[in-house]
Amino acid sequence: MRIFNSTVGRKLLMSISGQLLIIFVLIHLAGNSTIYFGWINAYAEHLHSMPPVVWVFRAIMLAIVGTHICYGVLLTLENKAANPTNYAVKRQLKASFASENMIWTGLLLAAFIVYHLLQFTAKMTPDVAWTSNQAVVDVFKMVVTSFSNAGIVVVYALAMVMLFLHLSHGIPSFLQTMGWNNDKTIPVYGTAGKVISAFLMLAYISIPATILVGLLKL
Amino acid sequence: MILDGKCPKGPIQTSWDRHRFDLKLVNPANKRKYKILVVGTGLAGGAAAASLGELGYNVEAFCYQDSARRAHSIAAQGGINAAKNYPNDGDSIYRLFYDTIKGGDFRAREADVWRLAQVSNNIIDQCVAQGVPFARDYAGYLDNRSFGGAQVSRTFYARGQTGQQLLLGAYSALSRQVKAGSVKLFQRTEMLDLVVVDGEAKGITVRDLVTGEIRTHVGDAVVLATGGYVNVFYLSTNAMGCSVTATWRAHKKGAFFANPCYTQIHPTCIPQSGEHQSKLTLMSESLRNDGRCWAPKKKGDNRPPNEIPEEDRDYYLERKYPSFGNLAPRDIASRAAKEQCDEGRGVGPGGRGVNLDFADSIKRLGEDTIRARYGNLFEMYEKITDENAYKVPMRMYPAPHYSMGGLWVDYNCESNVPGLFVLGEANFSVHGANRLGASALMQGLADGYFVIPYTIANYLAKTKPGAVKADNPECKKSIEDIKAQTNKFLSINGKKTVSEFHRELGKIMWENVGMARSEESLKDALKKIPVLREEFWKNVKVTGKGEELNQQLENAGRVADFLEFAELMSKDALHRNESCGGHFRVEHQMPDGEARRNDEDYCYAAAWEFKGVGNEPELHKEPLTFENVHLAVRSYK
Amino acid sequence: MSAHTSNTMTITLHVWRQAGPNAPGKLEQYEAKNVSPDQSFLEMLDEVNEDLIKAGKDPIAFDHDCREGICGMCSSVINGVPHGGQVRTTACQLHMRTFKDGDAIYIEPWRAKAFPIIKDLIVDRNALERITQAGGYTSCHTGGVPDGNAILVPKPDADYAMDAAECIGCGACVAACPNGSAMLYTSAKVAQLAVLPQGKAEAAERVCAMVDAMQENGFGNCSNHYECQAACPKGISVKFIAKLNREYQKALFK
Repeated sequence: MRIFNSTVGRKLLMSISGQLLIIFVLIHLAGNSTIYFGWINAYAEHLHSMPPVVWVFRAIMLAIVGTHICYGVLLTLENKAANPTNYAVKRQLKASFASENMIWTGLLLAAFIVYHLLQFTAKMTPDVAWTSNQAVVDVFKMVVTSFSNAGIVVVYALAMVMLFLHLSHGIPSFLQTMGWNNDKTIPVYGTAGKVISAFLMLAYISIPATILVGLLKL
Repeated sequence: MILDGKCPKGPIQTSWDRHRFDLKLVNPANKRKYKILVVGTGLAGGAAAASLGELGYNVEAFCYQDSARRAHSIAAQGGINAAKNYPNDGDSIYRLFYDTIKGGDFRAREADVWRLAQVSNNIIDQCVAQGVPFARDYAGYLDNRSFGGAQVSRTFYARGQTGQQLLLGAYSALSRQVKAGSVKLFQRTEMLDLVVVDGEAKGITVRDLVTGEIRTHVGDAVVLATGGYVNVFYLSTNAMGCSVTATWRAHKKGAFFANPCYTQIHPTCIPQSGEHQSKLTLMSESLRNDGRCWAPKKKGDNRPPNEIPEEDRDYYLERKYPSFGNLAPRDIASRAAKEQCDEGRGVGPGGRGVNLDFADSIKRLGEDTIRARYGNLFEMYEKITDENAYKVPMRMYPAPHYSMGGLWVDYNCESNVPGLFVLGEANFSVHGANRLGASALMQGLADGYFVIPYTIANYLAKTKPGAVKADNPECKKSIEDIKAQTNKFLSINGKKTVSEFHRELGKIMWENVGMARSEESLKDALKKIPVLREEFWKNVKVTGKGEELNQQLENAGRVADFLEFAELMSKDALHRNESCGGHFRVEHQMPDGEARRNDEDYCYAAAWEFKGVGNEPELHKEPLTFENVHLAVRSYK
Repeated sequence: MSAHTSNTMTITLHVWRQAGPNAPGKLEQYEAKNVSPDQSFLEMLDEVNEDLIKAGKDPIAFDHDCREGICGMCSSVINGVPHGGQVRTTACQLHMRTFKDGDAIYIEPWRAKAFPIIKDLIVDRNALERITQAGGYTSCHTGGVPDGNAILVPKPDADYAMDAAECIGCGACVAACPNGSAMLYTSAKVAQLAVLPQGKAEAAERVCAMVDAMQENGFGNCSNHYECQAACPKGISVKFIAKLNREYQKALFK
């Protein structure tokens, strides 16, 4: 199959899986934002009322993330192999810190997702140990308790900086890979990528930050 | 000896069609048994290799660059002529034929020129089919522009990069054949000798420019499409690697060199800025469509051009040639520019320049239109001179650009050495004593796509394929000769570099055998060249080894050939005691300074036979007859 | 040598010297004296070489030919940017007036796995040739084609094709690309021929064949840094890469 073997086909897979992940990031943000309206427990309950759907959804997400990570690593290794020697002096004209470090921001995000899942989904990190003896977990209480810890908030904030870097290149990049680009849109996408990813970063950080400074409490 | 061009007799309109029918054919199944060696991959060589490969011949193609796409045809800017008459302005095959004969100052063969005009239309169709993005109008039809020496718009163009686009078309066709396996490409490989066996061309000796290996390739026929020789002037618009080497070495193996004195000095080039300069840059002739040439009326007028009022300007081309104006042919425009400068009215450093002014056109059409037409040329001009030609006039001076002379060939593009075919600028056939703008691209592609595929079969059909093997004593001898020459270069270990000799030779040639030649200057050149050549062989310094990439060694071979060729060129110029086209002898001019031809004594192509370095070459004449165009004084007034 | 002795410059060069493909290479320092601002970059190198030859040393090997920015032969990374970083300028068209007296200039060859070094600043760019050979053409025969005006080409399409066709095949895009990818080179040809009616018939086969050839010849994958466009001496736009991507998707579903 061309799409799995060829350089452009695999980029297409990166692009499509990336787009799906961005959609997830948006939906997840919308879901998380219910915390501001006091609906987060209802939201969580609603989600978990249909276990088969949840598990199918989780399987799909795993496939998407898996695809994105596997091809990301593979393509990066190939790229390093294609450009093995370094220039004594190299001046980048257009490439940015974000575009050059997609693999690192991506891998750090992957690590963060593992931590995030262990914490709030599997409830295996020390800060959520108290939930183990609860029949029905009070999600609002869990989140507020954990984010009252400055260390945890810092980890989340750093992860969201990674998200910003990853998407500020990722957004224009997936548009280009899909071929939805021309001379007029190239600069627009560049700016849009930065604005959207900055918004996502700030919006995500706002929840732990609000809790940490005490604006949102039990 | 009186040479016969073997042109078809009878009415010229049907000459090529009849001749094609008379040519022998090679059976399709037999074609792959014949190996053809094509040297040079520009428009002529690239098109030839691609077309011959497609026909089924076994082709080997050679170029000294790292890619076939880099041949200097790529630098042609303005356009390519064809007698399509799309603009309905009165063009026809006959008119293109007539203009080319007249433009060449009646020193070309009628039959060859007719054929060129006839196939010109096929070339455009071919290039369009290859995906050459010619300029189109808003309705989607092909666009035309005007060029020097014609009063119709017949020039097809792709912005200011027509040569590039046509060459990339030929290169793509060639690439397709490489993939198909019918053409084998040898890049970074320079031809250094022609192998002649029993009087016929059967191979070439080359040097692999990466490893330094010297080896022979044998084939059933050799096609040279190796371009021109104006780098003999050192400074020219040619690429640095352009040389006379392939044709000169074929000449030394018996091929006649015809009309070497016919060189074209292009009127619109960027003037030299200093001694350091390695080449001159041409600005397309198409600029003269919208640019007006002028020089100050007063001597030594040092005011900035924009401050010189209209009444103090001399639009000399419009004054002297009212009907063609700024679109006078190249030889005429070049001499006119030189005249202004010789009178002390030149502009820029050293007073060697004239203005090419776009102010009027910008006023009339707007800067955007001018930018759309010539944007890349203005950009290039600014990079080199640091001047903005939208604001101040360009400064221009003539520079050596093209060689009309070349190896002598008959109507079949075959030289006097059977099996040796010569195409494009490397032969002498269609441009006479002066080439019109946008005709070089036409000739290269005509020869490569539409002439050689037919005519070479006529030769091959008479030969047994693979008759000569690589172990032939002639091959061994050729390799030994070239190795000996290489060792000689490396062993001299003198004090002067190859470039220094080339520069000195260039100076001698430009001053004595340049735009204006006289008996005195030519005799002076003939005295100086052998002296310089002798010094070269005693005092040149070439570092490094033969068995490696060695650019000094490559250049040494080329300059050594120029040092021999320059003498022949000067001799030809001295012998041709008339003025015609690009060959201007100051002794022979009209009262108004125009070239005065002498049809009585010189209406022939002069083909020289090599008799040894320093020995008197033997002159053979091919009389030129004009049955369809009447010999007349060329006038562009 | 120079005619402009009044305002000449002295420049320190750090040039990559490497005797052969497998020999170790290193940066060597040279002094370029009496450099005229009107000199081209390569003419400055010429003069350095003249001095080296006279001193009996091996001159710096570098590729060059037309010296008017069109043949695509010249290929040096100058101060970290292919062709030196002046907008839409090849190394041969770069002039010394863009440098200052006392400047240091680093000159290195194109670096990519697909471009092995032959000597000093000269690299082997045959990998690009093989991409074109894979499909960078229309399969028309010599002769037997319709009249040039038989198939109309809308002016915007002709202009678009010409924008793509301006590529000079120098390989600066590959040298600039952090991934050593040849997507800009490949896409320029794919886009040119895909937009013209003459090339449409084979568009799907072409894009697949050329992309495969790019991959097989050791070039990396495009990750949309756009470094290629910035370094391209002809300013070829990355919009052609987008076009290639579209063409490739169409081919996937054929």
